[in-house]
Amino acid sequence: MLKAEQVCKLFNAGTADEKFALQHVNLELHEGDFVTIIGSNGAGKSTLMNVISGVMIPDIGTIRIQGMDVTTMPEHVRSKWIGRVFQDPMAGTAPSMTIEENLALAFARGGRRGLRLGLGRRRREWFRSQLEDLGLGLEDRLTARVGLLSGGERQALSLLMATFMKPSLLLLDEHTAALDPARAEMVTRLTERIVRDSALTTLMVTHNMEQAIRLGNRLIMMDKGRIILDIGPDEKGILTVDKLLREFERLRGEKFVDDRVVLGS
Amino acid sequence: MLGGAFLDVLLKSFEAGLIYAIMALGVYMTFRILDFPDLTVDGSFTTGAAIAAVSIVNGLPPIIGTILAFAGGCIAGALTGIMHTKGKINPLLSGILMMIALYSINLRIMGKSNISLLNQDTLLTPLAGQYTLAIIMLIFILVIRLLLNLFLRTEVGLALRATGDNPRMIRSFGVHTDHTIIIGVSLSNGLVALSGGLVAQYQGYADIQSGVGMIVIGLASVIIGEAIFGHKTIARTTMAVILGAVLYRIIIAIALQLELNATDLKLLTAGIVIIALILPMTERSLRERSISRKRADELLRKGGHLDA
Repeated sequence: MLKAEQVCKLFNAGTADEKFALQHVNLELHEGDFVTIIGSNGAGKSTLMNVISGVMIPDIGTIRIQGMDVTTMPEHVRSKWIGRVFQDPMAGTAPSMTIEENLALAFARGGRRGLRLGLGRRRREWFRSQLEDLGLGLEDRLTARVGLLSGGERQALSLLMATFMKPSLLLLDEHTAALDPARAEMVTRLTERIVRDSALTTLMVTHNMEQAIRLGNRLIMMDKGRIILDIGPDEKGILTVDKLLREFERLRGEKFVDDRVVLGS
Repeated sequence: MLGGAFLDVLLKSFEAGLIYAIMALGVYMTFRILDFPDLTVDGSFTTGAAIAAVSIVNGLPPIIGTILAFAGGCIAGALTGIMHTKGKINPLLSGILMMIALYSINLRIMGKSNISLLNQDTLLTPLAGQYTLAIIMLIFILVIRLLLNLFLRTEVGLALRATGDNPRMIRSFGVHTDHTIIIGVSLSNGLVALSGGLVAQYQGYADIQSGVGMIVIGLASVIIGEAIFGHKTIARTTMAVILGAVLYRIIIAIALQLELNATDLKLLTAGIVIIALILPMTERSLRERSISRKRADELLRKGGHLDA
């Protein structure tokens, strides 16, 4: 499904701040995999997301989606297969446009955009039913501007927009990090349900260890641009936050540091 | 008698306002929808006037000349868009470069700095008669507004609006924002040039200077319209922009009636824009502060404190 081979990305090449954000990263996701990624500050999690989605092009290595080499394919072309939710609740939606217009934008992903009206009666009905599934009452606010929604509502909407056209690959980049605990939990539950119901192949970066352990069938830990730990379905079932921290210390010989990390409650 | 003369001035302002409103809609499209401060306008307005005048003087049917004016503006706008997206030149600078380049191009098109259309049949000639022109122009601008509103609700139109609103997001949904920007700036300048072509026919001449300061007039129309008539929805705003353009002409006419020197008009226009820009912002920050104070009071009186 997704295959990253020997991916390297250097930041600030040739300057004093020169730094490998990714070093020989190999990662393969199979159909239906739900992989969570956790890592300390500057581990390269977001850079990995960016080279997969096409925001950045790796310096070395290849990225394949469904067997096709997409390493240098521009983001807007690749997005045919990829659904994304960003960390910033403001990032995934167009604030001055209405809920239904945002959904119409997402609906057109992968197709050719022409001079058809973006919203018809049938599409609206379908959008309404999709919003009902979120259970937030957004189906009654189709013509409200998205800028008026709360962060949690916007993130739930972003999640719906990224997933309702069934992308081959779903990328979640710390999408609950900017929310308060209750809303983060709500979005986490939605994520779990949507990924399961649509059997989406998913890669989720999180700063919440408990969440990383609870969700998905595989857990990856990154540090200094490398994947240092890859835990499959069998071991993941018995994993705890303590074990994960001890494992990190054993591998790196130092304590896990991330000023934002949440160990879980 | 004086009242009659004033009514006449009002009617003239109304007519002119409706024609300039097409330009204002173009400016609205770049500044507000695309969030692209496009200064091509000063050049492309004259391009429209030049193309229409030259076409008519050379015996082309006025309707063809007017359509060519629109097309010429579209090309100029597309070039500005390409400079910005493909050449990575800052939007303001792209517009300024195109504006300067167009000055020479417009002179090339016209061959001289002024072309008179006084004894020519123009698109507006058959509309002579006290109110005919005003009524036909009103219908025309409403049709343009309707088309623009519809366009902004199509899939391409929605993508264009999202490009101005959140480019990162719309790229992640498969839109090449370079293309939407080029389309938007092109269409915007097409409208500006169409307006220029009609103004030339309305005034009876095209002049190389006719576009100078046009961007500020367009902005004034957009800002006045939005401030007075609101901008909740696209349909509301496009109407507000048209009314703003008409209102702007009326303000200018009144200023001239008050014996203001015509050379001071641009200063007056700049002043209007500055005030119209500052007022809503000051008002908003004052209102927010008062809401915040009231709410804080209310919460404190309840005695409860909100958790962080």
